[in-house]
Formats: sequence, structure tokens, C-alpha cells
Amino acid sequence: MVPTNYYVILSAILFGLGVLAFIFKRNIITIFMSIELMLNAVNLAFVAFSQALGKLDGQVFVLFVIVVAAAEAAVGLGIIILIARSRQTLNVERVDLLKL
Amino acid sequence: MTASLAVFFAMAALAVIGAVSLIVQKHPIHSALSLIVVMIALAGLYLLLGAEFVAAVQIIVYGGAIMVLFVFVIMLLNAGVEEHTSISKMAGAPGLLLVVALAGFVAATIARSTESVETTLQTGEIASTLEISNMIFKDFVYPFELTSFLILVAVLGATVLAQREKS
Repeated sequence: MVPTNYYVILSAILFGLGVLAFIFKRNIITIFMSIELMLNAVNLAFVAFSQALGKLDGQVFVLFVIVVAAAEAAVGLGIIILIARSRQTLNVERVDLLKL
Repeated sequence: MTASLAVFFAMAALAVIGAVSLIVQKHPIHSALSLIVVMIALAGLYLLLGAEFVAAVQIIVYGGAIMVLFVFVIMLLNAGVEEHTSISKMAGAPGLLLVVALAGFVAATIARSTESVETTLQTGEIASTLEISNMIFKDFVYPFELTSFLILVAVLGATVLAQREKS
């Protein structure tokens, strides 16, 4: 039996790595992937607590999170295609129309 | 060390290595493949936790559908190696500081709540897919219908966004 703490700590590590990738990466697609990594880390915490508390609510929430992530990926990648088409670049630093 | 602990550490190491590889790789396609490794490792952890249905959905939806969409877009846009400017290197220092602060906060919270988590730890029976479907279609039926509507809106939105403008 693996203690729940281990799962929560792994989830925190993965979330931290996701934040790190979000801040350091400059490619818009990779930034989007780091958001998916953070969602996955939260899902792991949900399932771990669901098992620890003996209730299934956490697993149902995970299914909802996966559905929302799929919808988010579809819309987000559509926006990325639009940006790439209009600006000819995937570097977020070159998408600076609102910058002074 | 029991077998479940060994499996946990193997899967956890695979997930962390994949996440680090996501950051280190320069080419987006390599990052996408690293993320698939993370997702497969997490599916293994879900199996270890007794959540078979979530593990299957994780592999089919995340590892299959979503990541194929990502790889497809990377290929479609012909994304190359990412470029760093001097400003982005400068922004790395406060960013790292922020991440360390976040990690410290999370670690402090976990360390403080150790007892409450340990005491509620049970050897819960394996969750059957039947019970999950009962919960989705009875207790969570309105959120479920809302997510189906959300998917519909997302499909329409993605289609409108990605179509070529009429000249």
C-alpha cells in the first residue's frame, strides 16, 4: 500500500515542473502542453484523495477535467493555428501587439 | 519494499523524467513525445490506485486524442526549434524564484497536513466502473449534460477559428 502523501508530493512536483515549463518555454505549443501537464498533476491528486477517502467523487471530477481539457485543446489549437497564420511565428515574444 | 511501492517509484520516476524532458527538449515534437510518456506513467499510477476506468480514459483521450491533436498541429505548422531572446533569458531568474516559492508553499502545506491524510487512509475496495457510471448519471447528471454542451460549443468554435477567411 503506497501512502497518499507520496502521490500528493509527486503531484506537486509535476505541477511545479509544469509551471516551470510554462515560464521558461517560448514556443506557444509547448506552453500549451505545459498547461496539460499541470492539469494531469491535479488529476493525480484527485484520484489519490479519492482512493484515500474511499469515495468516487474524485474520479468523476477527473473525468470532467479530461473532458474540459479536450475541449480546451481543440479551441486552443485553433487559436494557435490562427496566430501562426497571421503572424508567421510560434514565438510568444513576437506576438506583442498589446505591448507598449 | 513491497511490490506496489516499487511500481509506484518506477512510474513516478518515469513521470518526472518525462516532465523534465518536456522542459529540456528544444524541439516541440520532442516535448510532445515526452508529455505522452508522462501521461502513460500517470495511467499506470491510476491502475495502481485501483481506478481502472480513469486509467483507460487517460490513455484513450489524453495519450490518444489530445496528444495526436498536438502532434498534428506541430506537423501542420512545421514548428521548428524554439528561439530565445535576451529578454526571455532575463525573465528566467524571477521565474525560477517564483517556482521555488510555489514549491516551498506546497511542501509546507503537505508537511503540515500529513497527519490528517494519514489517518483517513483506508484500503478502499477497488472502484468498479459500475459505481462511477452510477455517480455520473445520477448525482452528476447536470454537470455531465453541461460538459456535452461544452464539447459541442468547443467543436463549433474550433471549426470557426481554423477555417480560412473568405476573401
